[in-house]
Amino acid sequence: MGAVSRGTMALVGIAPVELERPETESVTALDRPWVTLVWNDPVNLMSYVTYVFMTYFGYSKDKAQALMSDVHNVGRAAVSTGTREEMERDVTAMHSYGLWATLQKDD
Amino acid sequence: MAVQGFRRSLGGRIVLRCDDIERGILGDLVAQLLEFVTPDDEHLWGDDLDPLARLVSIDPNAERSDDPALARLFPDAYSDDEEAASEFRRFTERSLRETKMAHARTVAHSIDRSGNKIVLGDADAQAWLGTLNDLRLTLGSRLGIDEDNHEDFLALPEDHPTFALYHVYDWLTFLQDTLIRALTGFDAELVADEPGEPDELHHEPTDAR
Repeated sequence: MGAVSRGTMALVGIAPVELERPETESVTALDRPWVTLVWNDPVNLMSYVTYVFMTYFGYSKDKAQALMSDVHNVGRAAVSTGTREEMERDVTAMHSYGLWATLQKDD
Repeated sequence: MAVQGFRRSLGGRIVLRCDDIERGILGDLVAQLLEFVTPDDEHLWGDDLDPLARLVSIDPNAERSDDPALARLFPDAYSDDEEAASEFRRFTERSLRETKMAHARTVAHSIDRSGNKIVLGDADAQAWLGTLNDLRLTLGSRLGIDEDNHEDFLALPEDHPTFALYHVYDWLTFLQDTLIRALTGFDAELVADEPGEPDELHHEPTDAR
């Protein structure tokens, strides 16, 4: 929702200055510098986390379980990569499932 | 509490059998959750707000809650950028709240229209899954659940103030776990048969292959 949000903000006049954002900021399909992280928490069930990764991302059970294990054992896992807008969409979805997720630039 | 959680019926429906007390507890919890996730600034969504902002669900007043349970239900999307987290929240928290409210209303409706046998289609089951998780996150936060203190809670004497609340939490955990298994066919160790496309999961009987 980064780009969408900025566009909407300009539309409602909250932050018209954003209209002057230089074009060089636009992200191409090849440029995938953002990542969605899901963090461990003591409440969410392992079966539920696996289920969410399979259901939302369409991952195989093996991949979903491996990511769930990383969340559980390492404390977090990068579950998807893409543009900032795509990652904001994924984080929103994770929050709607009740998973603790953040996005950040993939350094 | 019920020894039987959700299961998939032979006809493919998701079924929960519960007694009047359990129905009452679930109904109360869901009503409380609905109130909890409903924005308390409803009046700000009256005529004052820019109608376009309201149309696209922008909440200019959304901010991270001081209540740990609300902060857990509506977490920051950016851990390293406070400004981005605030902006993201203004644009998304309202619709996230509406999603959770809609799930809770669906669950309340299921309970209201059912007797001691609650039967769910797959769409309703998704709402139940979300609401059970929201309830567990909320109670887990209130109880201070962490990775290592389950045994401590289980060892509480019956007259301890949090004894009942923990056992409700534990029961919700059981319900959610059985619901996931009914939906997916996962067994206890999560080593059930390889599913097909994710969309097909909901239609697989629990004892497939």
